[in-house]
Amino acid sequence: MRHLLSTIGLERAQAIAILDLAEDMADVATRAVPKLPTLRGRTVANLFFEDSTRTRLSFEAAAKRLSADVITFSAKGSSVSKGESLKDTAQTIAAMGVDAVVLRHPASGAAQVLAESGWIDAAVVNAGDGTHQHPTQALLDAYTIRKTLHGAASRGRDLDGLRVTIVGDILHSRVARSNVWLLTALGAQVHLVGPRTLLPAGVESWPVTVGTDLDAAIDAHPDALMMLRVQQERMHAAFFPHEREYSTGWGLGDERFARLAADTMVMHPGPMNRGLEISASAADSPRSVVLDQVTNGVSIRMAVLYLVLSGADPREVAA
Amino acid sequence: MPARTVLQSSDITRALTRISHEILESNRGGSDLVLLGIPTRGAVLAERIATLLDRIEPGAGTVGALDVTMYRDDLDRHPTRTPSPTRLPAGGIDGKTVVLVDDVLYSGRTIRAALDAIGDLGRPRAVRLAVLVDRGHRELPIRADFVGKNLPTAAVERIFVKLVETDGADAVTIEGDAEGESA
Repeated sequence: MRHLLSTIGLERAQAIAILDLAEDMADVATRAVPKLPTLRGRTVANLFFEDSTRTRLSFEAAAKRLSADVITFSAKGSSVSKGESLKDTAQTIAAMGVDAVVLRHPASGAAQVLAESGWIDAAVVNAGDGTHQHPTQALLDAYTIRKTLHGAASRGRDLDGLRVTIVGDILHSRVARSNVWLLTALGAQVHLVGPRTLLPAGVESWPVTVGTDLDAAIDAHPDALMMLRVQQERMHAAFFPHEREYSTGWGLGDERFARLAADTMVMHPGPMNRGLEISASAADSPRSVVLDQVTNGVSIRMAVLYLVLSGADPREVAA
Repeated sequence: MPARTVLQSSDITRALTRISHEILESNRGGSDLVLLGIPTRGAVLAERIATLLDRIEPGAGTVGALDVTMYRDDLDRHPTRTPSPTRLPAGGIDGKTVVLVDDVLYSGRTIRAALDAIGDLGRPRAVRLAVLVDRGHRELPIRADFVGKNLPTAAVERIFVKLVETDGADAVTIEGDAEGESA
């Protein structure tokens, strides 16, 4: 695998292979020495042109557990605020001898531009680009669903027949887009729910069902209910009249949470707006796998860094 | 050049039986003994040796698998490696005699990686090495304690170990050797 830019086009066998490799990586975390020498001598640059704490820390932890050297770059307080372009920043980093670039960028398509521009020779991992894709988030979500349902017997399995409902701001959500393609490739049925103003144009052509009624979606008893963050920083227009109305219509409040089936897992990519899209009691309940998602993120990112830096085809790795 | 069979099924069984006896003898019995097979075929051989040990001395030894992919030093040259799960017996390896089991011993780099992996998993009392075939051409100062067959080879020759569990049949074959040359 040369780069990981998107979950679109990821085949079922490839996806399962990545999840299985992440299981091996997760085993490492339970050892007395939770570190592998695999990427010793390799340098991974985290280029973060957009604020992020958990994704940056997760990639950093993953690279360090594989013994890679890590350079972290945040746009805030950097030359970007002096007007430096992505190209110049990338070339500067490349000139320092970098083997892989983990890119988070506010512009959709930035990771693909970096991978295909010829500006750098390094492998590129998309850590979120605008409203486009966030493939490692989708992989860690799929891993979390598989692990929660199948436990120790999860290796090698897909998500055939599972029902996942994604709720909220689908329009601005790269997490939703990445998940739609990955989860359906793995055999899950995905249902999207949100206010009509936050459903993207053309959603009818996606391999999903779409609705606006969260109560009906909860009554349908999904295996996983994925609440999305209300991205206030991207709400440049009035997509809904008031936060309270959003919360009443599409938030997982205490009342809705009480009606949720006992075996439905609650997911959230974080950071959570407690009281807006999710209540504190839902977020902190035993049915919430939010912290598992964070833990699993490190294993997934270890697997992805190994695959892009070794150039291996995940299917061959799984063979 | 056609493949030549150097070990047949019965030869492999005989070699593994002998190795099993040697392991028990050198360990003075089967207590505190852990067999760690290196996937894929080393893990199969470790399972077979464990069965033989149990026949000779019931309850002797426990078995696991040790993946060394992430410890290799040749990620650049052979990028496509096949990671497999590492499985340790319930008692772990601390204070035990660990016998690493692999099918072919060649450069010694796989065993070097295995020794590094073991170092991250615990502190055994001793580590031994059992291989079905030792074909020479060592690049590191590593030797096997228990060898099924020493098979002096040319570097251009290739050794194939086939086992029922992975390949449907038992055989060790050599390809690319000069005709008539004795193994």
